[in-house]
Amino acid sequence: MAKIGVWIEMGQDGVKEANLGVLTAAAGHEVYALVCSGDAEGCREVCGKYGAAKVVALAAESGALWDSPDLAARALAAAANEFDLQVVTGLGSLNGRDLLARTAAILDAPLLQDCTAVDFTAGTVEKSHFSGKTVARFECRAPLWLCSLRPNAVEPQESPVEAEVVSYTAPVSGSGGVKVLEVRRDSSGVMELTEATIIITGGRPMDSAENFQLLHECAAELGAAVGASRAAVDAGFAPHSMQVGQTGKTVSPRLYIACGLSGSVQHFAGMKTSKVIVAINTDKDAPIFGKCNYGIVGDLFEVVPVLTEVLRERA
Amino acid sequence: MQVYVCVKHVPDTAASIKVEGEAGYSEGVKYVLNPYDEYAVEEAVRVVKEQGGEVIAVCVGKASALATVRSALAVGVDRAILVKIDEQLPDACVVAQALARAIEKDGQADLVFAGRQSVDSEGMQTHYRLASALGLPVVSDVVAFSLKDGGAQVERECGGGAREVIEVSLPCVIGANKGLNEPRYPKLPDVLKAKKKPVEQIDIASLGIEKPESGCRLTKLSAVPDRGQATMLSGGVREMVEELVRILEQDEKVL
Ligand SMILES: Cc1cc2nc3c(=O)[nH]c(=O)nc-3n(C[C@H](O)[C@H](O)[C@H](O)COP(=O)(O)OP(=O)(O)OC[C@H]3O[C@@H](n4cnc5c(N)ncnc54)[C@H](O)[C@@H]3O)c2cc1C
Ligand SMILES: Nc1ncnc2c1ncn2[C@@H]1O[C@H](COP(=O)(O)O)[C@@H](O)[C@H]1O
Repeated sequence: MAKIGVWIEMGQDGVKEANLGVLTAAAGHEVYALVCSGDAEGCREVCGKYGAAKVVALAAESGALWDSPDLAARALAAAANEFDLQVVTGLGSLNGRDLLARTAAILDAPLLQDCTAVDFTAGTVEKSHFSGKTVARFECRAPLWLCSLRPNAVEPQESPVEAEVVSYTAPVSGSGGVKVLEVRRDSSGVMELTEATIIITGGRPMDSAENFQLLHECAAELGAAVGASRAAVDAGFAPHSMQVGQTGKTVSPRLYIACGLSGSVQHFAGMKTSKVIVAINTDKDAPIFGKCNYGIVGDLFEVVPVLTEVLRERA
Repeated sequence: MQVYVCVKHVPDTAASIKVEGEAGYSEGVKYVLNPYDEYAVEEAVRVVKEQGGEVIAVCVGKASALATVRSALAVGVDRAILVKIDEQLPDACVVAQALARAIEKDGQADLVFAGRQSVDSEGMQTHYRLASALGLPVVSDVVAFSLKDGGAQVERECGGGAREVIEVSLPCVIGANKGLNEPRYPKLPDVLKAKKKPVEQIDIASLGIEKPESGCRLTKLSAVPDRGQATMLSGGVREMVEELVRILEQDEKVL
């Protein structure tokens, strides 16, 4: 049994859903849930439910940990030593990858980012290489190593234990030259693409930013996030934060609905590990039909509203 | 300003990758400058154009990586250092040490640009380790950069459409993301001029790397097969959609 620290990312209302898969992957080992921000006591129940016996309320000697990502990383590194952890892991969100990379650099320990599978007993992980075209398997023999897990890579499963909260104030201070001045949100309440379990994406034929409303309406019925191809982003129909693919976000939802996408390699690089892929395209010979699960030949401007309607009737 | 930019030589994202042996791949494909590094190069060149100074590209790679180094020289980089290593997918810990030693040997960095990730190993960490080795602060996923009051102010994508506005002291390391700028295409005269720009080639062994192994080893590479041909739905639009929803709900259980 290994001692595993799981960094817990907090969302608007407590522990982010997507953490539960990471806790599940570590369950069965001696799991320390590491809470850098927010209310550790409030995390106790859910962390315990998914197998963490210890919930560590992390603090620094000076300053709030989230004022500087560097301070949070130094606290995490100190906790790894304090609790004698063999692995530090966490959600491979943008913040999770940033924090773990900083922590790994401080600890001078190996790190594997955005893993799609992990076995803490064997000390092996799998991750994508070459934009989703190959799977790379790594063996980790270092006394301490780190990994971030791609959101939705592991299906959450309860394994309840009695959890206790312990406080640890790390002997660290200072911002390390990096200070967060403010967080700007462009459109409030946007669901984070990478953590969504269902995604509906629009490509070049969307033809305008206004037309994306069509996808947002359908997404509301699906409980989905909305994505875009690079062609749609570069044409100004959607912000880059919505881009999926090689130079956008990597996502792994259980359902991916591609509307008006040709199926380029670079787009697939970002969504290839989706469980089920559905494509809607006017061209029956579009390459995307050669690499998805279900296809509808049709005009997205006709098909999507009907889909929204059918989902609404079902509800 | 003395501005360094890290450039990696990687297989084109459109290339199909053939696995060779247990953990290798066939290199007989087109190679390019790592797409994210294009944004890093462009920003480095832009900063030096405004502030004056010199842009130096640093690359750790095989001898063939010279092509990528030249492509950076063709879009405004002044000179380059190629650290030669004979590995297809070198460990990020080793690469970061090599980049750090090469930069320290060369001069005093005011700024270091890199990409947020390389598209072959998808390591997402080299620039953090480089910053740590140089004792500098680092910010990655950067989509806006400006010099301000003796430091830099940057914006970083942090998920859900949100951006962090971050103040970072100089010198620092910046990991570039798409959106930071529009990389320029090289013009033919620039490509020709690039052939005359100085490239210092050094062997990694000469850098005295202290920790040549990280303890995590790539043991197997396997190709991911495509899903194959889709099940095509038929009938009128309403019929197809109803059947799709039924399948997603009852067969696939994803709704
Ligand atoms: C280095 C690099 C990085 C890249 N990174 C990315 C990336 O991160 N993400 C990304 O997406 N791309 C990326 N690309 C671009 C990629 O190669 C493609 O150009 C792009 O994905 C195409 O977008 P698309 O499928 O929306 O448009 P198109 O290729 O134009 O396809 C549109 C499709 O819609 C169909 N269609 C037309 N009208 C309709 C309609 N009314 N209803 C339904 N279907 C219709 C057409 O038949 C066609 O198949 C990258 C390229 C490079 C070189
Ligand atoms: N071998 C290399 N030579 C030069 N720069 C590199 C090398 N490997 C990584 N980098 C830089 O570090 C960034 C992040 O790489 P990675 O950690 O591999 O995802 C890249 O975008 C490059 O700018």
